[in-house]
Amino acid sequence: MTELKIKKGSSKHSAYDLRDPNAAAEERHTLAVLVENEPGVLARVIGLFSGRGYNIESLTVAEVDHTGHRSRITIVTTGTPAVIDQIKAQLGRIVVVYDVHDLTVEGHAVERELALFKVAGQGNDRIEALRLAEIFRANVVDSTLESFIFEMTGTPGKIDAFAELMRPLGLVEVARTGVAALSRGAE
Amino acid sequence: MKRQMTGAKMVVQALKDQGVDTVFGYPGGAVLPIYDEIFLQNDIRHILVRHEQGAVHAAEGYARSTGKPGVVLVTSGPGATNAVTGLTDALMDSIPLVVLTGQVPTFMIGTDGFQEADTVGITRPCTKHNWLVKDTARLADTIHQAFHVAKSGRPGPVLVDIPKDVQFATAYYVAPAQAKTSHYQPRLKGDQDAIKALVEMIESAERPVFYTGGGVINSGPAASQLLRELVEATGFPITSTLMGLGAYPASGKNWLGMLGMHGLYEANLAMHGCDLMINIGARFDDRITGRLQDFSPNSRKAHIDIDPSSINKVIHVDVPIIGDVGHVLEDVLRLWKAGGRKTNAAALSKWWARIEEWRKVDCLKYRPDQKTIKPQYALQRLEALTKDHPSRYICTEVGQHQMWAAQYLGFDDPNRWMTSGGLGTMGYGFPASIGVQVAHPDALVINVAGEASWLMNMQEMGTAVQYRLPVKQFILNNERLGMVRQWQELLHGERYSHSWSESLPDFVKLAEAFGAKGILCKDPADLDDAIMEMLEYDGPVIFDCLVEKHENCFPMIPSGEPHNKMILGENVDTKNAIKSGGAVLV
Ligand SMILES: Cc1cc2nc3c(=O)[nH]c(=O)nc-3n(C[C@H](O)[C@H](O)[C@H](O)COP(=O)(O)OP(=O)(O)OC[C@H]3O[C@@H](n4cnc5c(N)ncnc54)[C@H](O)[C@@H]3O)c2cc1C
Ligand SMILES: Cc1ncc(C[n+]2csc(CCOP(=O)(O)OP(=O)(O)O)c2C)c(N)n1
Repeated sequence: MTELKIKKGSSKHSAYDLRDPNAAAEERHTLAVLVENEPGVLARVIGLFSGRGYNIESLTVAEVDHTGHRSRITIVTTGTPAVIDQIKAQLGRIVVVYDVHDLTVEGHAVERELALFKVAGQGNDRIEALRLAEIFRANVVDSTLESFIFEMTGTPGKIDAFAELMRPLGLVEVARTGVAALSRGAE
Repeated sequence: MKRQMTGAKMVVQALKDQGVDTVFGYPGGAVLPIYDEIFLQNDIRHILVRHEQGAVHAAEGYARSTGKPGVVLVTSGPGATNAVTGLTDALMDSIPLVVLTGQVPTFMIGTDGFQEADTVGITRPCTKHNWLVKDTARLADTIHQAFHVAKSGRPGPVLVDIPKDVQFATAYYVAPAQAKTSHYQPRLKGDQDAIKALVEMIESAERPVFYTGGGVINSGPAASQLLRELVEATGFPITSTLMGLGAYPASGKNWLGMLGMHGLYEANLAMHGCDLMINIGARFDDRITGRLQDFSPNSRKAHIDIDPSSINKVIHVDVPIIGDVGHVLEDVLRLWKAGGRKTNAAALSKWWARIEEWRKVDCLKYRPDQKTIKPQYALQRLEALTKDHPSRYICTEVGQHQMWAAQYLGFDDPNRWMTSGGLGTMGYGFPASIGVQVAHPDALVINVAGEASWLMNMQEMGTAVQYRLPVKQFILNNERLGMVRQWQELLHGERYSHSWSESLPDFVKLAEAFGAKGILCKDPADLDDAIMEMLEYDGPVIFDCLVEKHENCFPMIPSGEPHNKMILGENVDTKNAIKSGGAVLV
């Protein structure tokens, strides 16, 4: 019997052609995950994402109900619709997860992120930074003669936009909290 | 009445209150207080294994054959890490287990104490859930929760890590009835509209097939009964995964045999050509689907599964029904009977005629041999000589022998077939057979093994002999890692890199060294007598059956190919059987 003659590095050796060529496009979703606030719960959620190869764009977590021991994890993730459905189902399987909400599906959620920007500069750049901060409703929370720290809340897009504008004006560092989100309306 | 007791006593009390009769375990420093309590009572039987992996597989065998959770007790550090393979195995195959591990005292956690390991960290991805209990007052409650989680919904292994100081300290015991009710309550009843849609699809289907799986076994014997009724009521053909064998009887007239990579020709072609696929408790595993784009291209698909994440994970289905197999089938049958509904009889008889054509291919035929024992022949003889036994349980290791066992042995009842499907753990079968025998002392328990797999947990011979467990180790000895050898032949140009078993022990002497019986058989003419000798011996037996060394397991769907591209056994040209694209797949 002869051996298979597969050249080393041959693309035929790839599993690529076994994947669905008509795979749907990726979407970005914001998920709110209500969990029991017990040790290790964040590790369970993060372990699920890394173990199954899902993306995390941003993740925030804090206790939201002290007496009920509930925390809320807000995750921004990307994937095809089928992957997003899997992520939600997989999150739902975690024993200490009470509820998973897809805020992107449930209606336009209010999404906010807080960011701090350190901008160092002199002369016109410094003035321009301050002027733009005012337009973006960013507050100055620290200032020296050479620098400002601006604090801003807004959608991730707004924060991205502000960061872009600050870059040529001496942006030194950015710290972002990640997204917190709630669905609109009374419920 | 509230009772105060030590954590160690609580563990034993909680197990008793959960109805546990058997614990598989291995002691060590971090669980000594619990072992002390075990010593002081007689309600729970402790089976001392020879390796913690063996304890977990034994508990799996116990669980799969009884439907009750298996319980394991091991020490911290190496005890816990040795349990990891078994936990992963149980997670993949949805086996309910409660594993208790000792841990260094709470005040030493994080100091790299002696035999400290981050057990909850290590086992988080390989358990359904786990807990580290830092307060004796919460210990009993946690153990009750652990049983609830292990058994509810899609079953699985859970682990409770108990630091040694928590075992020594005292607190009030919480009985199961007083335990905190868990919010974890998976839904059992299916959506009625979806069930109605399924019933209507059953009425109009022309080429239907039931594709059943381990979920039917998980759901309990009643679910298997309902499945049989539904098959009877509809007259549809039925196939099953490796994990679901026995839910519908192999002797039933609608049985097509197992499907999948090494499944039967008729089963796979029925899956490929059907217009209605009804998945009941199976998870579209890659051993089943083959190439996804070509998987059963012209069918509408319904899927009954208790785990929402199983739905649309790999195959998109038209009618998902989230619920327990037993509950859903009850509703399906009620609706079916109430409406006086009928199947499309004309189309169905045409469909059966096509299936009969496929059956005629006789895909399990092999070239018999007068001089050497063919592994298929050995299993046919084993089947003939044991199938009428009133309580036969079969375990397997992993490899070709496992697939041949699935093909050539017939199961007429659920919970009689124990095999490692999802993880494919060599070394599973022997300890699993011990667990089955402990649960069913009078049953005939046979482990169909390959010599390589069997050696992986051969230390458990000590356990079998110590507890007088008459497990029969039926080793199909091809002196090869047969399944690996087969893939190397088909895919790697016959370069048999490290796929033979050299320096094998003399299995007869090995049995004798442990105080068991060994039987060697190499001539087909002696086989029946040798098998009878094994069956008649009242004690553990190692049966060393020397078989043809180069037999391949067919039929086979090469990885990355669709169902209708099976390779059959007779006169096959195995050259280039697996296309290069499939080579990256396992
Ligand atoms: C060498 C080797 C070769 C193999 N070849 C084959 C092969 O040819 N054919 C084959 O079939 N397998 C084969 N397997 C096994 C395969 O890898 C999978 O383990 C198996 O196919 C999965 O079976 P299943 O779909 O029934 O799922 P299981 O793993 O048994 O999962 C059960 C499903 O049912 C659901 N469920 C559980 N409880 C309930 C309930 N109460 N109600 C409703 N749903 C429930 C679960 O959520 C899950 O989705 C092979 C394994 C090995 C090691
Ligand atoms: C723990 C473990 N290691 C490696 C493998 C890969 N593997 C699958 S089958 C097989 C060979 C099994 O040989 P044997 O038990 O003799 O059975 P045979 O295939 O010869 O019937 C191997 C090495 C595995 N499944 N499990």
